[in-house]
Amino acid sequence: MGFDQYHEPPGELPERTRTFARLCASLTEEAEAIGWYEQRMAVEKDRDALAIMRDAQGEEFKHFCMDLEFLMRRTPLWREIAQGVLFKEGDIVEHGEAAEEGAVDGAADRGAPLAGSTSLGIGGLLEVRS
Amino acid sequence: MNHLLRELAPITEAGWKLIDDEARERLTPALAARRLVDFEGPRGWEYAGANLGRTAPVKGAPVEGVSAVQRRVLPAVEARVAFSLSREELRDADRGADDADLGTLDGAAQRIATLENRAVFHGWETAGVTGIAEASTHAPIALGDDCQHYPRHVAGAVEALLRAGIDGPYGLALGPDAYTNVLETSEHGGYPLLNHLREIVGGPLVWAPGVQGAVVLSRRGGDFVLEAGEDLSIGYERHDADVVELYLVETFTFRVLTPEAAVALTP
Repeated sequence: MGFDQYHEPPGELPERTRTFARLCASLTEEAEAIGWYEQRMAVEKDRDALAIMRDAQGEEFKHFCMDLEFLMRRTPLWREIAQGVLFKEGDIVEHGEAAEEGAVDGAADRGAPLAGSTSLGIGGLLEVRS
Repeated sequence: MNHLLRELAPITEAGWKLIDDEARERLTPALAARRLVDFEGPRGWEYAGANLGRTAPVKGAPVEGVSAVQRRVLPAVEARVAFSLSREELRDADRGADDADLGTLDGAAQRIATLENRAVFHGWETAGVTGIAEASTHAPIALGDDCQHYPRHVAGAVEALLRAGIDGPYGLALGPDAYTNVLETSEHGGYPLLNHLREIVGGPLVWAPGVQGAVVLSRRGGDFVLEAGEDLSIGYERHDADVVELYLVETFTFRVLTPEAAVALTP
């Protein structure tokens, strides 16, 4: 068993980052499995086998979504960009560009912590409802 | 390791998370100024001050035929509040205790938030900070004891801002006493005073420890700037067998760019 999910020496990474990396690896595996089941179902002729594969792929959808939700809860900027892209009609690329620009600029305006900072990351609170 | 020296503290990763989360939870509701004025930064620990873009004359020069002016800056304030934690409590938290006593952290958070609000709204003369209320070019309005009259006073403040050409949306920072009065009061007919005031200013009413009376100000942006160097952080000071001593720290400058964009309501 390898430790390929780590790009940096695991001993130098905080526990929170190691967990984040594990869930990123898990997300990748779930996406791969979804793709594999999609291919298997495309060539399978047996209806019973097909039903099992469809059920199994549903499991992978669920796992993928749980991994994604966990990662976005830990990464507000990711979540904010996702909110501008997911479950929306229209041009996906346009939504993506707009969401990224708005979220990144917004984070800077709110005083999101500098990279590598150990501050509490409170920044500006103008957007907080009072 | 940076200047906070957190890695030297005998505190586990879970312990630091507990401390940081608690501090964040206590600070956020009390940081009233950040809900009402522009926040810039954080610029980092090396940030030393804000460029005012202005100069002051320098009398005489050591070489004849040379004239000079000196650039003016507003030096950053480095505010720090110490607190201490029981190591036994931290060990219990690591064991899974979810009711750990975090000692004087809550009080320290309240003090540094109050300090920031106080500096922003009423100034800090010895640190060279001019506050919103003292910079205001409008005559202060007395709030008085009867909070049934607050709507009239707040509406008067909004009208003064409109007359001066200061657009909204506006916000209202209320000192703790005034805020409590507002929460406890319903006007004739039972309509909450809080909602009425919110409708008058068209923006938030903010509980503001450190504010005396209240301040109505424009939130359109560009009028008041709180610029952070090091945003609120927790650092390590020292420890012994029983206690860890830590501190909350921030560096900042505050500038009023449009003195006519706020009206003070005195207690």
